[in-house]
Amino acid sequence: MPHDSHDHPHHLLPSDPALRVKALETLLTQKGLIDPAALDEIIDTYETKIGPQNGALVVAKAWSDPEFKAQLLEHPTETVAGLGFYGRQGEHIQILENSDHHHNMVVCTLCSCYPWPLLGIPPTWYKSDAYRARAVREPRQVLAEFGVKLPSETKVKVWDSTAELRYLVLPQRPSGTEGWSESELAKIVTRDSMIGTGIIGAVS
Amino acid sequence: MSRLHDMGGRFGDGPVAPDFGQEPVFKEEWHGRALALTVASGFLRQWNLDEGRHARECLAPMDYTAFSYYEKWLAGLTDILVAKGLVTPEELSTGQAALDVSDVAQHKLTQESVAESLARGGPSERQTDETPEFALGEQVKTIPAGNRSVAGGHTRLPSYAASCSGRIVTVHPPHVFPDANAHGYGEAAETLYTVAFKAGDLWQHPENPTDEVMLDLWQSYLETP
Repeated sequence: MPHDSHDHPHHLLPSDPALRVKALETLLTQKGLIDPAALDEIIDTYETKIGPQNGALVVAKAWSDPEFKAQLLEHPTETVAGLGFYGRQGEHIQILENSDHHHNMVVCTLCSCYPWPLLGIPPTWYKSDAYRARAVREPRQVLAEFGVKLPSETKVKVWDSTAELRYLVLPQRPSGTEGWSESELAKIVTRDSMIGTGIIGAVS
Repeated sequence: MSRLHDMGGRFGDGPVAPDFGQEPVFKEEWHGRALALTVASGFLRQWNLDEGRHARECLAPMDYTAFSYYEKWLAGLTDILVAKGLVTPEELSTGQAALDVSDVAQHKLTQESVAESLARGGPSERQTDETPEFALGEQVKTIPAGNRSVAGGHTRLPSYAASCSGRIVTVHPPHVFPDANAHGYGEAAETLYTVAFKAGDLWQHPENPTDEVMLDLWQSYLETP
């Protein structure tokens, strides 16, 4: 397609964003290109079926089952697909394991790439200019804004999702959870801990 | 050289506003519609992922700055629908369908096929007989910023990591090359690498010089230092 044409067609739509969406949806439906019921179905999928609860199950299982964890680190895409988590924006999964020595944190500076089948649709802050601009340059300051303070000897690795590899952080299991079941563990795994902007504190 | 979306390392954006998991998936109803409209239109198979991204990147800087996230999606979608000849500017102005696109409409995503279509995904890994030029642990240098074939074209080498030294930490199989695929030059798959850059090699004033930024970069972005 040509770039930088000076008469961008999107200006022909109404200025109010909600009306703009409606106008385009109506036109595409008239033209037979869109089924509005399919749009409802996509929205419902990401509101109720695909979200961070999926990633939390993967993390809880990795904490509980050493054999699963070894497979997950060796063959991440196939292993999470085995739990039913595969698809759009999750075709090539990579797992980043946090430790006392390394803290991993994920960003997409160029757009908003995110592991949809495991975490759903990214939150507003992940897509914000502030996070995209700053996570690579001052990750520790950004982490502080999430209430996370790391010791200086813990090395920070920021992963900029520039290709189609999609990253899930495997957070450290908090102390005080010995003997917990997978479903109990899954409940304490936060979305931010799987992006690397949160850590899961000790359970007392 | 650059476009506004290429914002890694930029100053002046202020603090991040965490939601700690409290925000709804779609804050406004139209956000969900804009996302769904974009996803569903993609299944018409008239453009690929890289062309879709490039359409958003081609928004005028004034629009890119003024638009909220889903407004950018919507504008990118509108522009590519026109560029691909599926919708005319007159139709956008009048809201009345005029141009017949029934040949494309046969690919319309139906409600029944949503779950299966989303689950199928679209892998970008390809098999080629290319041998990787660089090995694990090798030092490399990135090329200057910008698409090499198309002025102002799509690229996934961010400006902040252009002309920088790094180290190969993973050699991946070949993946579709966005710089070609976004511009009708085919998939041109090449070896993908994860490259580690020390903060001290990227920034004038690194927060902690030994922290690292890892990027997934295609072979064409890399040179022997």
